Amino acid sequence: MNGPLAANGVFGEQFGFIVAFFVGGLFGFFLERAGFGSAKKLTADFYGRDMAVLKVMFTAIVVAMVGVMYLGIFGRLDISLVTIPPTFLWPQIVGGLIFGVGFVMGGYCPGTAVVAAGSGRKDALWFLLGILVGIGVWAEGYPLYKEFYVSGSYGVYTLSQWLGLPSGVVAFAVILMALGAFWFATYVERLMAAKALRGKDQSA
Amino acid sequence: MSKTIATHEPKGTDIGLPHGEPKPYWNPYAAGVGLGLTLVLSFYLMGNGLGASGAFTRFVAFAEAMFAPRFVAGHPYWKTYLGSEPILKDWLVFEILGALVGGIVASLTAGRFKVESEHGPRVNAKQRAMLAFAGGLLVGFATRFARGCTSGQALTGGSLLSVGSWAFMMSVFAGGYAAAWFVRRQWQ
Repeated sequence: MNGPLAANGVFGEQFGFIVAFFVGGLFGFFLERAGFGSAKKLTADFYGRDMAVLKVMFTAIVVAMVGVMYLGIFGRLDISLVTIPPTFLWPQIVGGLIFGVGFVMGGYCPGTAVVAAGSGRKDALWFLLGILVGIGVWAEGYPLYKEFYVSGSYGVYTLSQWLGLPSGVVAFAVILMALGAFWFATYVERLMAAKALRGKDQSA
Repeated sequence: MSKTIATHEPKGTDIGLPHGEPKPYWNPYAAGVGLGLTLVLSFYLMGNGLGASGAFTRFVAFAEAMFAPRFVAGHPYWKTYLGSEPILKDWLVFEILGALVGGIVASLTAGRFKVESEHGPRVNAKQRAMLAFAGGLLVGFATRFARGCTSGQALTGGSLLSVGSWAFMMSVFAGGYAAAWFVRRQWQ
């Protein structure tokens, strides 16, 4: 059977919601297993103590990227039917910067906060409440940044279109970059562990 | 005789949760492979990636439409959520409910389910709650500019090589590292 199964009429809308629930279940399960139900673990990435966030994210991106390409090459997945998020460059950069500040301050991102709430974390409930209020506040200010919201619009715009390179070459570069990031992350972890050890020696 | 009774006595307040030390977290690369395969499955089955903030936006739209339907109908942003379909009838809503159940199952089976507020020794639970709420507020606000979060943009769009998603992801790390120093006391 060729994917996406929903778009190819293999199952209907009702069954699609059951599928969505189970796919979400796997998502939450793996996030928890990665340790992402803990704000302490998540934010440790930003202090170089534990770079699991970077490692997990880049691994997931590489696996999904290769998986989609593989299925596409063998005709198992029609990539033209897969929703690629369109690019609105400026609001995505500004949104990302604010998001990063909120992430390190609040200790979670939306998906991990759901998993943390499911693990019993009370601070995650406060974070989730904050998200809902933040979305509401943004919507009230919408007329102020209506134009900014659609600025830098490139539609569906991929790295291979931007660079003018075949997607296989871009994927290879992404894999190399991920491997470099893994090496760097491990290096930083060791550096910070050694620093913490020295700090203990001095205080003793 | 007293011995046999004693062995059946419950220890502490047993509410049926697994005992003992929590299991260690998975190796990050193994967890990453699991997440990546989940994403591939999502593309293959639904033609959509994963997401989280989109579901929350629908929750807010739903709540506002329930209490102030006329306000929402005339609102420049919220009116786009009003259609022939109910606001919550969306695949992301079902997916995020699944993620909640997945998180509960995973934390219970790893012995990690615990009702607590995580923070370092230099802040109390109240201060942690305030930081969590303020951080959540910024994150919720930011997701509407970015049209997604770490799930819908960084993971999903990143794996599909979307330029905007990569710009978002790099900006998240930049913002996080820039702000980390100011809130470091939270965990020290």
